[in-house]
Order: sequence, then C-alpha cells, then structure tokens
Amino acid sequence: MSKQQTDSMAAADNGLLHRRFFLKAGALAGTALLTAQSSAENRPTWMKAPGKGMSEAGVPSRYENHVKRLPVSRPGTTGSGASRSPLEHLEGIITPSRLHFERHHSGIPEIDPEQHRLAVFGEVQRPLSFSAAGLCRYPLVSSIQFLECSGNSGALIAPSPVDASCSVLHGLVSGSEWSGVPLALLLEEAGVKPSGKWLIASGADAAGMSRSIPLSKIYDDAIVALYQNGERLRPGNGYPMRLFLPGWEGNASVKWLKTLQVTDQPAMTKDETSKYSDRGEDGRAELFTFEMGVKSLITSPSPGLDLAAKGLYQISGIAWSGAGRIKRVEVSTDAGRTWAEAHLDAEPMPKSLSRFRAAWRWQGAPAVLLSRATDEAGQVQPTRAVVMQGRAPGSFYHYNGIQAWQVDASGAVRNVYV
Amino acid sequence: MYKRIFVISLIGLFFIGSAGMAATTPELGRTLLESELTPLDTAILPNGQGLPRGSGSAVLGKPLYAVHCVSCHGVAGKNGLHDQLAGGVGSISGPQPVMTLGSYWPYATTVFDYVRRAMPYHFPGSLSDDQVYAITAYLLFLNGIVDESMVVNESSLPLVKMPNKENFFWQSFDQDMGP
Repeated sequence: MSKQQTDSMAAADNGLLHRRFFLKAGALAGTALLTAQSSAENRPTWMKAPGKGMSEAGVPSRYENHVKRLPVSRPGTTGSGASRSPLEHLEGIITPSRLHFERHHSGIPEIDPEQHRLAVFGEVQRPLSFSAAGLCRYPLVSSIQFLECSGNSGALIAPSPVDASCSVLHGLVSGSEWSGVPLALLLEEAGVKPSGKWLIASGADAAGMSRSIPLSKIYDDAIVALYQNGERLRPGNGYPMRLFLPGWEGNASVKWLKTLQVTDQPAMTKDETSKYSDRGEDGRAELFTFEMGVKSLITSPSPGLDLAAKGLYQISGIAWSGAGRIKRVEVSTDAGRTWAEAHLDAEPMPKSLSRFRAAWRWQGAPAVLLSRATDEAGQVQPTRAVVMQGRAPGSFYHYNGIQAWQVDASGAVRNVYV
Repeated sequence: MYKRIFVISLIGLFFIGSAGMAATTPELGRTLLESELTPLDTAILPNGQGLPRGSGSAVLGKPLYAVHCVSCHGVAGKNGLHDQLAGGVGSISGPQPVMTLGSYWPYATTVFDYVRRAMPYHFPGSLSDDQVYAITAYLLFLNGIVDESMVVNESSLPLVKMPNKENFFWQSFDQDMGP
C-alpha cells in the first residue's frame, strides 16, 4: 500500500490510521511473496541434521528467555510478594500459565491433593467435605476471564511518573481460561440457611489467607477453579483448587481453597480491612470494593520496546472491565487531542481481556500514546486526574486511570502524566 | 409449526424432569464432621463468634512479643522491617499515612484472628490461644487502646472499640441474594 493510500485512511491526527487499516493491507500483501531458492550449502545449521527429540512438556525457545516474570518478595522472605506478568512481551488475551502474575502472602504451599479437602459449613443444613477428585467429576464450566490484583498499577499514584516498564507498572493482571465447578452447585447441596449472607473463604497456605464474599456474587458467577488454560492449576495459582470470582479484585479469589464458611456477616479479616480498603482524603475508608474498574493499557509500544525508526507501527494493548464486556477502545497519539477507534481482535467476552490494535505511522516527532476503554455498562476509563480525586495519599488500590506513554524523537518510550 | 410445538414440549419436559429429580449434581460432598474442623478453620467474627476460650494480658504479652514478633515489627511495634503495628494516630488522611492497629484497623477481633492464623511468619500455628490473646492484648496496649493489666479473652475482646472504626463503611450486598 502506498503512503498516499495510507494517508487516505487517517483516523486521527499524528499518524493514527483507520482501525481496519491492517486488515485491508493484508489483502494486497499476499501477492508479493518471494519464492527464493535455497541450495544445500546455504542451509542454516538447524536444517542440516534432524532436530531434537520430543519431550513430555514443552518449554519456550531459549531465545525467549528474557520473557519472564519479575518476582519481588518482602525483605527476609522468598514467598511474600508478587511476580508480575511480562505484558509487553505477550500477545492475545491468554497469559501463558507459567507467566500468569502471582501474589502470595506466605509462599506457595505444596499440597498433596489426596490429603486436601474443601470444607463447606456454617449457616448450612448439611456441612460437606469435597475432595479435588470429587470436584473434578462435577459439571465444569469454562470461561476466558481476567484476574487483576487490586494493587495493580498502584505506582501510578506517585506524584511524579515512575520510570518503569509496562510489566513493572501494570503486570498484576493476566488472562486465562478458567474451568471449575459453579460454587452455587456446592452450596445447593449444602443447603444455605436463610441466615446465610456471606461466605468466608480461607486458603491452605501458611498465612491461611481469608476473605469474606457476599453470597450474591457466589450465586452470580463464582467457581471453584480446578483448571487453568486446560491443565490443572499450577501451585502458584492455587493447586489443587481456588476460588475464582470473575471481575473482582484478585485477592478475593482465595487460592489453595480449604474452607467455605457461610455466615450472616463478613469476618473483617486482616486483608479485607487493614489492606484491601480504599482510603479517601476525608479519612474515611471503604471496604469490599470488589469490582475492578474499566481499564486499558497499550502494551506495545511501551518502555523498553522503543521505536527503532520512523514508519508504520501497530499499537497493541489490552482492555478489560469487571462490569462485563469491553465495548470500545479508543487510541490517541497526540496526548488526547484527537482519538481514533481501535480494532478489537474478536467479539469481547465478559470480564475478559480484549486485545485492541491500531495502525500508526510514526513520523519521527515526539508523541504521547493513550488508550481509553468503554465497557458495556457505559463506564469510560477515567483520566489519572479523575482517579486521584478524593484519594488519600498512599491509597493505591483500584487504580484504573488512562496510561500515557511518551515517545521522544529518538523513539524511546517512557511513562508520563498528561 | 408442529415442529415448534414439539420443541417447546421437549423443553417443558426437561424442566419438569429436572425439577422432579433429586440430583442434578454428582452429590460427592461427604458429610463434614465437627471433629474434622480445626479451630483455624472457623472464622472469627467481629461479634466474637469463633473466638476460642483463653485469655491474656499485655503484661504477659510483652515478653512473648520480644521473642516472636520484635525481629520483624520492631520494639514497641515501630521501626521494624515489616508492618508498623503501633502509633500513626491521626496520620491516615495526612501526607504520610501510617496504618497501624491504633490508627486504622476497625476491629480488635481481627488482631487475634490474624496473629493466630499467620504469625509468627516463619512458624504460624506455634502459639497457644492464651499466647495469642496475650500478644493481642500487648498490641492493643501499645496503641493505648487497653491498659496493661486488662484481661483479653473471648468475652472482652469483641467489646474493645478500635479508635478508627467509625471511619469505615461499605455498600450493601443484600440485593439479589439467593439463587
């Protein structure tokens, strides 16, 4: 496609092109494939002999070893902290299980599934105990959904922009296909008494991490997850079973799920009161702010993925909302002066990551890239200024502001506030 | 037309059928015996439900804190490597918030529940209920919430009023309750 043709597809200022640009370009490119001959002596090393044998489980190419999580643990511990997903090196909406973010409060327990039981008790007619093998016999449901720590992007509350990569700033979100038993089925067997209003979930880690969940969420779409991306959960994500609450802050999806106690009130656990609460500048603090807000993020370009030369680039990113489906993502390359609608890879799924893309001809001048998501509930991703309104200093949970990446004339990308 | 009627009747039969059958799941939940639940499995509620029998005071808790807690949380709950547990009163909405039991935590029962559940970090579960009550009492004492000699037990702990409690609120989840 000539530059003249591309210019006719301008969708906003500063080089942003129509969201269907790459789709049209693909139709023309197909005719120009090369059919170069390759003689025996010109074979690359890996074509001169049979390759390695097969293996029981695959690993990535060694040339991709730089694509890894970034584990940071609290001083004196190895398992109390978080490992962030390398978002800028990933594509699509599924995070490989080995790169899914993790947040632990006292390490990763090595649980023997034969010895592990899930106890359902409290305000129920029939207290029950379930084994992992038993739960695997239940009718399972599968959904592709995101999981985000409510502390994700918390560094963006800093008064001046932190110079860090996309994954360091935002890597506490990932997407997976989760398969498990609808928790409502198990509660139905146990028979919740009319007094039951909340469910206290606790895990079998050394911290016995516990959270209180309103039963309305359980009846809505909660599952006891057994599989992630087709295989049984990995230990870091709750093997042999975890609670999974679609669209809600990650901490509430208790891993290594051990007990479910139905109660008439929340337990006010340490995590849900002293940690995962939202403090306002008036000194008041809101508890149980479970739903994750509408959010999007350009993963490429982003810091570390600098632009090599001016020319045509694909802006790629992820968008998600705890309220349901992503309806639209808009992209700007001029700090929000003009916006163009991004292309969404596929029909967005509820409470799932959606991949968006936009074609951009970078002309070599400084630019500021933004993305702004709208969900099916009509919520529009707010600016940083709006997110910060009314927050107490240091109150960093549930940050979903529009992320700005500045591209300077050399093509270097960094985090900025606009 | 006839086809549609047939399909509708089939759907009707399905629902009648499923309503009449007892089991729509494999029913593999085994009856849970009371004896299978450990004390840790039962949540401690703000009204004291779930608190075990036992007691302790700050006087008894101080030496326990020196053995089990001080290396991470510092002398008197301050200047440790990990979370500050005392002080910070009035700092919450200021520029340098210090969130401690006294300045932030809304419920005293949470202190007992968390210490028993997760502490000491390297040896969770190694303290007796009396020791957990004593450490709880000492932490509350460090924050000026109880006096040094107060006996903290399953009756008195839920009555302890935390200074910042009134600043907490949450939305109701009572709508759409039930299947």
